[in-house]
Amino acid sequence: MHPALSVIVFTTVSGLGYGLAAVLGLGLLDAAAWPTRIAHVLALAMISTGLLSSTLHLGNPQRAWRAFSQWRSSWLSREGVLAVATFVPLTVGAWLSVIEGRYLPVWGFLGTAGSIATVFSTAMIYTSLKSVQAWHTPLTVAGYLSFAAAGGLTLATVAAYAAGSGVAPALALAAVVALAAAWAFKGAWWRRQRRMAPLSTPESATGLGAIGRVRLHERPHAMENYLTREMGFRVARKHADKLERLALACGGVVPVLLLAVATVAGGGTALALALVAVLFHAIGILAERWLFFATARHAVMNYYGG
Amino acid sequence: MTALPSLPTPKKLGLVIDLDVCVGCHACAVSCKEWNTGGYGNALSDQDPYGPDVSGAWLNRIHTFEVIPDGGQIVGEAGDARIVHFPKSCLHCEAAPCVTVCPTGASYKRGEDGIVLVDEDKCIGCGLCAWACPYGAREMDVAAGVMKKCTLCIDRIYNETIDEVDRVPSCVRTCPSNARHFGDLGNPASAVSVMVAERGGIDLMPEQGTRPVNKYLPPRPRKPLADSAPAAAAHDTTGATGFFAWLDGVLERI
Repeated sequence: MHPALSVIVFTTVSGLGYGLAAVLGLGLLDAAAWPTRIAHVLALAMISTGLLSSTLHLGNPQRAWRAFSQWRSSWLSREGVLAVATFVPLTVGAWLSVIEGRYLPVWGFLGTAGSIATVFSTAMIYTSLKSVQAWHTPLTVAGYLSFAAAGGLTLATVAAYAAGSGVAPALALAAVVALAAAWAFKGAWWRRQRRMAPLSTPESATGLGAIGRVRLHERPHAMENYLTREMGFRVARKHADKLERLALACGGVVPVLLLAVATVAGGGTALALALVAVLFHAIGILAERWLFFATARHAVMNYYGG
Repeated sequence: MTALPSLPTPKKLGLVIDLDVCVGCHACAVSCKEWNTGGYGNALSDQDPYGPDVSGAWLNRIHTFEVIPDGGQIVGEAGDARIVHFPKSCLHCEAAPCVTVCPTGASYKRGEDGIVLVDEDKCIGCGLCAWACPYGAREMDVAAGVMKKCTLCIDRIYNETIDEVDRVPSCVRTCPSNARHFGDLGNPASAVSVMVAERGGIDLMPEQGTRPVNKYLPPRPRKPLADSAPAAAAHDTTGATGFFAWLDGVLERI
């Protein structure tokens, strides 16, 4: 699948934003502390940026409001509805913290639940597509949710160390656990992708398998078309392997080490380490998301010899 | 609403494509493009149409495949491989995955005849339906920013202002080798249903669970390659009679 920058940025940034919002909703941080207030604003900013970025690839963005109508069947529509609905408790929660310096569990928990539900529906958009076999697994949902949690906990750790909060080491440890879980899911996802037997083949796509082995002899046209541009993206396996290692190192190994050292170091050093961990994690997730699209093969390529 | 019709549609209008007959001339694709650029919805735009990097939206594409039979014969330098021309357009699936993923309700399947359509005034051009379709039946019109697909020439088949013989999809009307047939596949007595039953019509990618309405008729079996290969024993003249036996004898002696 073509790795569209707008969708990669959307899933990465909004995933981090919802993760942070979900952790803030739990009320573990002092709502009156300045770092917590900034974190609330940052979470809303990341979510908004992500959602706006996702409308950039639309052919007719002025009609995007129509996407709230089909929540009964479409995961994309559900994502839109949930994203807008979740803005309400998140904005109230941010207002309470930023303006009034307090925390109300009702709005907090609603925001956490909404954030989880929104990331879940984002993941389900991909998971529900049988035509892209690599995505069509519960591991996709597990990956999206656990990466959001890991990113959110890492960001919350930064806020906690900045506020000099006592829960900072506990948050850092929770982030380490979430990172380990997320990359375990991703590892399983990658192994499944490598080992799976293709659901559809040129033989089943043409129905000619009863006669024998089928090979594309000639494409319908000499140049590229929408389908080959959108679904026919191919990445060399050796580059994909390298990127996988890079994603794991940046997104997982380095943040885990930095956060582990931070729990021991404490103070200003811990804050700096946690900040660097966030940066590395974000780069790793961008690489992971690029691979998620670029290495996924669409069933239509059985008609295009790819 | 992008939910699929709750009951099986009373009619299942669709195409039957005979892979034994198609000669791969692409006339159906050209005729489709011509009719549909002036018919239902926005024009089918092309980008850089006279330049070096031409591309555009088409609703019907003709692929060509080579099939190599398992354990096929090889006689001299000739193998048993055969070329199959393969026209592909929307299959108007009963469980159309392109319909249910649509967030706006632009993509829908008609309850009365099962035709899958796009309401272009509602389409936001997100492209998710094209992702959901395993067959590549949908292509984005880059100029209009909306998704295009085969309408089964809905502006022809119910059009009482044109001759009755023309009230079939443009591709069917055009096909010079009669490889394309249009009809109601929900009626077991219709000509297309009978054809599918007699020829063992097949579904494409049944494993995707889409239950396509369009059917493909597989190429008929061929006689073994050796039967039509030039006889290896061309020098054997036993059995010659009359003038040829005399000529054979004379030529043998001189």
